[in-house]
Amino acid sequence: MQKPPVDYIKRITANYAALGYKTYQWVQNEDTPPWTPLAKPLSECRLGLIASGGIYVTGQVAFHTKDDFSFRAIPKAVATSDLRTAHFAYDQTDARRDPNVVFPIDTLRRLEEEGVIGKLADHAFTFMGGIYSTRKVREALAPQLTEQLKAERVDVALLVPV
Amino acid sequence: MGSALDILQSVHPPRAAFLDYLLGHTTGKPFEPELQRAILLEALEAFSSLTQPGQIKHLPFRWAEDDSWKDGVMNDGDTRTPRHDTPQYQTEEDRILAEQNNPEACGVCETAA
Repeated sequence: MQKPPVDYIKRITANYAALGYKTYQWVQNEDTPPWTPLAKPLSECRLGLIASGGIYVTGQVAFHTKDDFSFRAIPKAVATSDLRTAHFAYDQTDARRDPNVVFPIDTLRRLEEEGVIGKLADHAFTFMGGIYSTRKVREALAPQLTEQLKAERVDVALLVPV
Repeated sequence: MGSALDILQSVHPPRAAFLDYLLGHTTGKPFEPELQRAILLEALEAFSSLTQPGQIKHLPFRWAEDDSWKDGVMNDGDTRTPRHDTPQYQTEEDRILAEQNNPEACGVCETAA
C-alpha cells in the first residue's frame, strides 16, 4: 500500500514533547529562495558535494556530537574504504558498509567519467548535521562552506543531508 | 536532495529533489551502484528541469513495494545515541591515526596524555 511521505516534523515534535524536551525550533524559511539559472549544461559544470552525514577519512579527527559545527575536506580521489562516519542521530549501519548511501562519491566519480557532469570538484565537504544551533550554522558553518565552494570554483553544489 | 519532504519544504531551498527512502539512505541503498547512479541522474536532472525557485522534484523510486516501514519511523521514542564533546571515532585505529596526525586536536590530546 502506498503511504504519504513521513511527517517528520510532527512526529519528532510529539516525540520530544513526550520525552519532556523543550520544543525544537524548526528552520522555516518563508521567503522565495534566491534563484540562479543554470548558465550551461551540467556536462560542462564543475560540481561540488556537501554532505551532513558525519563523514570523515581515517586519519582525520572525527566529529564530536555536541553541536560540532566544524567541517572536513575530503579529496575526490579518496579510497571509499577509508571513509568513516560519526553521527548520533541516524542509523549509520548502511553508511558504514557503503558510504555511497549518504556520500555518493563513487557515483559522482562515475558520472564524471561518463561525462554527465563536467567535473567533480577536487574536494567534497562534510559535517555532522546534528547541530541544534541554527545560529552556528547560519553564521559560521554555512559561510565557511560557501567560501570553500567558491575556492573550488564550482558551478553547482549538491547538498546531501541525512 | 533529501528524504524528509516536510523538512525540505520548511527549509525551502532554491531547488530540491525528494527521495522517499528510509533516513540514512539519501542517495541510495548499499552496494547497489546501478540504483545509486539512477537516483543521482534523476536528482541532477533537477538542476536543469526545475525553473521556479522553491520547486521540489519527487524522484521516481520507492524504498520497498510496501510502505509499512513508514509506520514505525520516529514512533519508537528517542533512538539517538548520547552526545559527546570528544571525537566519536568509528574505530580505535582511526583514533590512533588521528592522534598521530593531529597532536594538537582538542579532546584527542587529553585522552592521549
